[in-house]
Amino acid sequence: MINHLIVSPLLLPLLMGTVIILNANQPVARQRILGLSSCLAVLVITGILLFQSAQGPIQTYVLGDWPTPFGIVMVLDRLSAMMLFITALLALLCLAHAARGTDREGKNFHALFQFQLLGINGAFLTGDIFNLFVFFEIMLLSSYGLVLHGGGGLRTRAGMHYVILNLVGSSIFLVGVGILYALLGTLNMADLAVRMAAAPAENAALLQAAGLILFAVFALKAALLPLCFWLPDAYGFTSAPVAALFAVMTKVGVYVILRVYCLIFSEFAGVGAGLLSAWLLPAALITLAAGAAGVAGSRDLRRITAYLVIVSVGTLLAVIGTFQREAIAAAIVYLPHTTFMTAAMFLVADLIRRQRPDAGSELIPDRPVGQPTLLGLLFLTAAVAIGGLPPLSGFFAKVMMLMTVQGNNAAPWIWALVLGSGLLALVALGRAGIIIFWKLLPKDEPGTGRGTSHDPVPVYAPADVFPAAVLLCISPLLVIFGGGITEFAFAAADHVINPVHYIEAVLGPDRSLPLLYPFGGE
Amino acid sequence: MEWLVSACFGVMIACGVYLVLRARTFPVILGLTLMGYAVNLFLFLTGRLHTNLPDIISPNQTRYADPLPQALVLTAIVIGFAMIAFLVVLSLRALGELDTDHVDGQQENPPA
Repeated sequence: MINHLIVSPLLLPLLMGTVIILNANQPVARQRILGLSSCLAVLVITGILLFQSAQGPIQTYVLGDWPTPFGIVMVLDRLSAMMLFITALLALLCLAHAARGTDREGKNFHALFQFQLLGINGAFLTGDIFNLFVFFEIMLLSSYGLVLHGGGGLRTRAGMHYVILNLVGSSIFLVGVGILYALLGTLNMADLAVRMAAAPAENAALLQAAGLILFAVFALKAALLPLCFWLPDAYGFTSAPVAALFAVMTKVGVYVILRVYCLIFSEFAGVGAGLLSAWLLPAALITLAAGAAGVAGSRDLRRITAYLVIVSVGTLLAVIGTFQREAIAAAIVYLPHTTFMTAAMFLVADLIRRQRPDAGSELIPDRPVGQPTLLGLLFLTAAVAIGGLPPLSGFFAKVMMLMTVQGNNAAPWIWALVLGSGLLALVALGRAGIIIFWKLLPKDEPGTGRGTSHDPVPVYAPADVFPAAVLLCISPLLVIFGGGITEFAFAAADHVINPVHYIEAVLGPDRSLPLLYPFGGE
Repeated sequence: MEWLVSACFGVMIACGVYLVLRARTFPVILGLTLMGYAVNLFLFLTGRLHTNLPDIISPNQTRYADPLPQALVLTAIVIGFAMIAFLVVLSLRALGELDTDHVDGQQENPPA
């Protein structure tokens, strides 16, 4: 029985994106309805898939019914189901925020948004490394359009760097994939893992080089230092709903690192075994420190949030870099929290920016915002969640991560940097809140910013703040259902850390035996 | 033969990297195009260098050329072409919006 739901998170945005293009010259309301209904449908489908994956084994979807490893296969395990669900929920809320006006700044916003979803969902589902490249390109080409949406010099400049870097990254990705194919003769990830385990020793150097070349590309996607300098500009200057959706784009890089290096270069991988264990943890810790420095040094709320994305990636990869089951489970618990909260902060920053006509999101004194109580509460909630204070989800996820890495040699470093970056984030967000809400100019004084201080500020209807408020409400929900989420995360980590399950699901039970008994065993 | 092909690949990558590091958008686009060509050549080589081998199965053949890299190269060419086309349009737009073709959107020493 083939489960066609697995491929619907790809087909539905693809179809809806083309329908929206056909409606490009229709009123924007029609495009909004189409886009939002597509996101809602994908959310329901991914919810069902998440429920199925929590109950049962890893599912596969063989496109065109070609037998694996010859055809392209989609693989749905617990981790990818969770990522799909996070993306769908985030996308729906970002689109709801965009439908309040951002989507009118240029053409084709809604079509690009759907294709963006197609690319992200494809990267989470695919079980074929060349197909992963293709989905990366779909994701990137849509993201170029979204980053530049609305135009303006700053966006164009940031977009230029973003596009050039990612084009170089794509070329390097192909070189890595080419080396793997030339030596192992397959592109199916499960099959790659099996053949990697059996690869002769004379190919070790080339195979390890291919693995590290791919790591460089994934690190660019995830924004690991020194490949993170494009992110603050690209995320800080683009429109808020796009930046909020991109909070999940860096997580695609994290997901792919976790997937590829726990599967193809796992501890069973013979010559490629444990390839990243020396690299990932230090790189992630340096990224964490750099991101925290950026958070402390930024003078614009949107850029602070962009650096918070780098901090969150550094934290995730530092914990994943220990390659222990418990730590990976803790990272899987932290992942939804950090994605939703950074996205919420982007939306809150946008709400604040539009009510400060003179200073925008810059941290300079301005006249008071129109609705200080509402925006202040939203900002406070987001700051508490991101800083990792109780009673919100950041606190519990961080405690779990710190507890699980205790056995590692690098534990003091991880503790120091995770706690230190949390403190710096709190200080920076506290300072931002003080300047925005309390350090006010008298009402009749013209400001020093770029805008004209006599523009009328918008007054927000409930629908305007609804997406940001819902995103923030996810945080207490993550705490309330923390027990179930933790159980799910441990089960997901089991499947990720032990590649045998994945290989059995894709290739059948007899192909994973060489991994378990490399010396001909029982 | 191997020497010739690997030299081609290496020279193209070297020129591509050099051009990508230039400060103007047009050389950067050329550099990315060159890198794209080099990578496509590399993908093509992953099927190994053979001459006069068929890739269609026939009863009197024992050795075959690998058809898969050719399919991969086709995909990579199409995607690369689209990306370069997009980058050309973006560069023209940046030139229009920023009044300079410098990759950072501003001259280090603007003419007085």
